Amino acid sequence: MKPPAFDYVVADSVDMAVASLAKARGDAKIIAGGQSLVPMLNFRLLRPSILVDINRIGALAFIEEAGKNIRVGALTRHYQLETSPVIVRHLPVLACAMTHVAHLAIRNRGTIGGSLSHADPAAELPMIAMLLDAELNVASASGRRMIAARDFFLDALTVDLAEGDIVTEIVLPKLPPKTGWGFEEVARRSGDFALAAVAATLTVSAGAIVQARIALTGIGPTAARVGEAEALLIGHALEPGLTDRVTDAVRAAIEPDTDLHCSSDYRRHLAGVLVGRVLATAWRRAHEGTG
Amino acid sequence: MIKTLEITMTVNGAVYQRAVEPRLLLADFLRGELGLTGTHVGCEHGVCGACTVIVEGDSVRSCLMFAVQANGCRVETVEGLAASGEMNALQAAFHEHHALQCGFCTPGMLMTATDMLRKYPLENDDAIREGLSGNLCRCTGYEHIVAAVRAVKAKAAPRT
Repeated sequence: MKPPAFDYVVADSVDMAVASLAKARGDAKIIAGGQSLVPMLNFRLLRPSILVDINRIGALAFIEEAGKNIRVGALTRHYQLETSPVIVRHLPVLACAMTHVAHLAIRNRGTIGGSLSHADPAAELPMIAMLLDAELNVASASGRRMIAARDFFLDALTVDLAEGDIVTEIVLPKLPPKTGWGFEEVARRSGDFALAAVAATLTVSAGAIVQARIALTGIGPTAARVGEAEALLIGHALEPGLTDRVTDAVRAAIEPDTDLHCSSDYRRHLAGVLVGRVLATAWRRAHEGTG
Repeated sequence: MIKTLEITMTVNGAVYQRAVEPRLLLADFLRGELGLTGTHVGCEHGVCGACTVIVEGDSVRSCLMFAVQANGCRVETVEGLAASGEMNALQAAFHEHHALQCGFCTPGMLMTATDMLRKYPLENDDAIREGLSGNLCRCTGYEHIVAAVRAVKAKAAPRT
């Protein structure tokens, strides 16, 4: 229960961090909040030779409006996402989701870049990134690239990051006008990982849904959007029969695991129930104009 | 050969300088190097909350942070709550409401409650329970801990 020995490097810039990663040739890990990494070190599931600490790179911790987008630095803590007036105003679904992440002491340290890079199959941030069609800025010693959240999550704890890569920034489009949102999660205890969680946005024009997004987590190896269920909503007003068809489509699209917390069947059932709830909430909010 | 690093930390107002291995957890640094054994170590993977301390104003799990990461930081531990020799309001409320039995979880509960009282409105018991949900107590059943936090909140709230 004590971590293995490692060398420790404090990076004071992204350039220094990626240079340290490149030099270590796959034997280094980035430490940001450390809320997933340090348990893995303490259990000795990981034995990196070098930890590159990015906590002192102040330029990686920011939340700012940029036209239609909100740009969030990778080192931004969950607690900042939960309480930032900019996030609460433009991406309330993200602020709401953060209140379900573990506990205050974890949210004080855990970072958005770390959560997305770690990609726990039941974590909230990968789901929100998928929901909002976020894009990630990734840096390495050989340059920078942008990748859509949709293409980033490959499998449980597996993302499209090479050994020398580091996520530096997340670009989240603001919710469009006349858009309502919903978020629901069921966990065994407050702050536990989700058995299942669902988030949705509905954009409404002239009484009909013109854009629908439904994302889930806890129901498979990665967070997922359910395009076939979203498509059913387009051009319609939400009514109970439609909600049932969407719920059925979601249940048909997912293949949840059975584990010691609950069965696959229960998770599938639960996902459908939560989809029904978030759609009702999103529909109501879209009409209230409260975003 | 892993080299040790020189660090400086201000813990409960006192400045300490030590040379430590990078892998030394902040919890073990506080206990083993500084002799501040009020911070307890339970699960060592961030689940039980017993090791919660406050670093630069934010509660953290000291088993999920390395001492070298707190280099140059201000750290508050349970020992700092009664710096004057008198229990502070939160500690007094724990005493008054019998919010501990064996006391193992108590330092973490106190530090967590300190941070949540600063950051959240805690307008009802549900909010207090949610705030404490990351700290495990195996004897009290939590009722008295919730009552203690509620009492502090009520005293701090402006009278209406």
